[in-house]
Amino acid sequence: MKVAVLIKQVPATENVKIDPKTGVMVREGLAVEVNPLDLHAIEEAVRIKERTPGVSVTALTMGPPAAAKAARYAVSMGCDAGVVITDRAFAGSDTLATARVLAEAVKKLGPFDLILAGERATDGETGQVGPLVAALLGVPPLTYVSGLEFGSAKVEARRAVEGGHERVSAPLPALAVVVKEINSPRLCTLSGKLRGKSAEIGVMSLADVGLPAEKTGLTGSPTRVVNVSYPKVTRECRKVSADGGGAVEAMLGFIEEVGV
Amino acid sequence: MGGEVWTLAEMRAGTLHSVSLELLAWGRGLADTLGVPLASVVLGSGLDGVEKPLFAGGADKVYVVDTPSLLHYYSDAAAKVLAEMARKFSPQIIIASATTQGRSTMPALSAMLEAGLTADCTGLSIRDGRLLQTRPAIGGNVMADIMTPERRSGSNPQGLTNPPQMCTVRPKSRRPLTPDATRSGEVVRYKPQENSLSSLIEFLSFEAEQRVGLPIQDADVIVAGGKGMKGAKNFALLDELAQLLNGSVGASRNAVDLGWAPYSAQVGLSGKSVTPRLYIACGISGAVQHLAGMSGAEKVIAVNTDPDAPIFGAADFGVVGSVLDVLPQLIGALRGKAK
Repeated sequence: MKVAVLIKQVPATENVKIDPKTGVMVREGLAVEVNPLDLHAIEEAVRIKERTPGVSVTALTMGPPAAAKAARYAVSMGCDAGVVITDRAFAGSDTLATARVLAEAVKKLGPFDLILAGERATDGETGQVGPLVAALLGVPPLTYVSGLEFGSAKVEARRAVEGGHERVSAPLPALAVVVKEINSPRLCTLSGKLRGKSAEIGVMSLADVGLPAEKTGLTGSPTRVVNVSYPKVTRECRKVSADGGGAVEAMLGFIEEVGV
Repeated sequence: MGGEVWTLAEMRAGTLHSVSLELLAWGRGLADTLGVPLASVVLGSGLDGVEKPLFAGGADKVYVVDTPSLLHYYSDAAAKVLAEMARKFSPQIIIASATTQGRSTMPALSAMLEAGLTADCTGLSIRDGRLLQTRPAIGGNVMADIMTPERRSGSNPQGLTNPPQMCTVRPKSRRPLTPDATRSGEVVRYKPQENSLSSLIEFLSFEAEQRVGLPIQDADVIVAGGKGMKGAKNFALLDELAQLLNGSVGASRNAVDLGWAPYSAQVGLSGKSVTPRLYIACGISGAVQHLAGMSGAEKVIAVNTDPDAPIFGAADFGVVGSVLDVLPQLIGALRGKAK
């Protein structure tokens, strides 16, 4: 059985600082990391591999050549192979143009029985690429997955939806977009780190993917960012001390003002 | 005059969910500016009378797809039905809610129609006859304006020269219009092809979560706890306060990682983005990732022992003190008022 994991390299959020004067996020010199929600997809793939004989896991990422680092991290966690899909022609891709590249790469490297993806990236925060890839591949889209179980030819998924959990089943091949709740990603072991470091990371270009150039990059993207602004996130805070007395009354007054 | 503005109504457990009416509030202004009808599309089973609240909520037209095979919501089938309808009726805009249904269906529809899709918008307007979509990214630190330019040339294999402009909008970022029971409109009952109704997914069961209040994405009031709650058992205070305020309990990533609250309650970059009218942050220091998830709240109250905690910079009202002292007093005062 072959499993693919779709991952993305994003600016590290743990070290993100807000400029207190401007309220703008300081992004310069930020480290990059594997999108935290993608770690759950990698972990799930590696767990499937560990409990099922004959499973191999390939991590795919689209991005600049430096995104190979994300693929190496996936190998360090236990994936068998990592591939970076990179080409200048991909620059400016929106979610549809990105999903087309990933879907074609999955077809080229496959067939895969299961494709896993994280809920959304912490930078773009669209959550659209996983379901888009499922639709482009014509495989069942299992979204918001918080648990997965395999039969021989089908998969059962537990989905975290508003107000509870839904259990569904689908035939393989399928694509599952997993949520954080599904597992706790492991830390890389020393031997894992060494494996990731020395792993040969596959590289695919636009030509390797075999997608017409007009289907990707800015040309292949139906949407355009026409303006970007940096809103201040700070508010004017009326602060009271709990020691002074009257704090709870003031708080109650504020709640009544809001009128909930 | 172009095509209609469509909103995707949402059925949950057989009832029309209020996000359907929020979507009409979004769509009404757009349709008026463009001078086109506003239509709501409802997919489901047993939908008798569903058009009434939609007309009262602002719709001029309601497309009803009522068939037993849509009893459970499958995003692949829903997208196929909507794609078929979009090809037939050529709407110029389709708006869905950024719920698990909308976020699963709209990307599939975008792939099928080769249509541009913008996620999680907090602002929509019309510029030069096209939809201007405003959305936060990178935890609300960046606001991006996004448009889907008209396709000038080239054939579209999907048979649409000009596919709809599509987006999802954050639940609760706009209130429904005041219902007007005297409004009515046209009902179009649509029968999709059998093939469009088939899903690769099979529904097995649903387990409702036993918690205080609504899911946090739907809540008007959220009482959220962080590390300052000092333990799972103190979350009972949050439950109590939430109950008194008709709210729901949220949590920071720290509290979830410590096992004090379920993941479904997590607010922030790796959890949910919420838009309540009131957010009460209890013992939450205010990491950037957390602020990202709650910056859409109308008003914010913070309780924290550290007067310099970043949460106060994101709050409208702050109490410097221990939540374990302040909350019982607040609960007591609210109980006193209730009597």
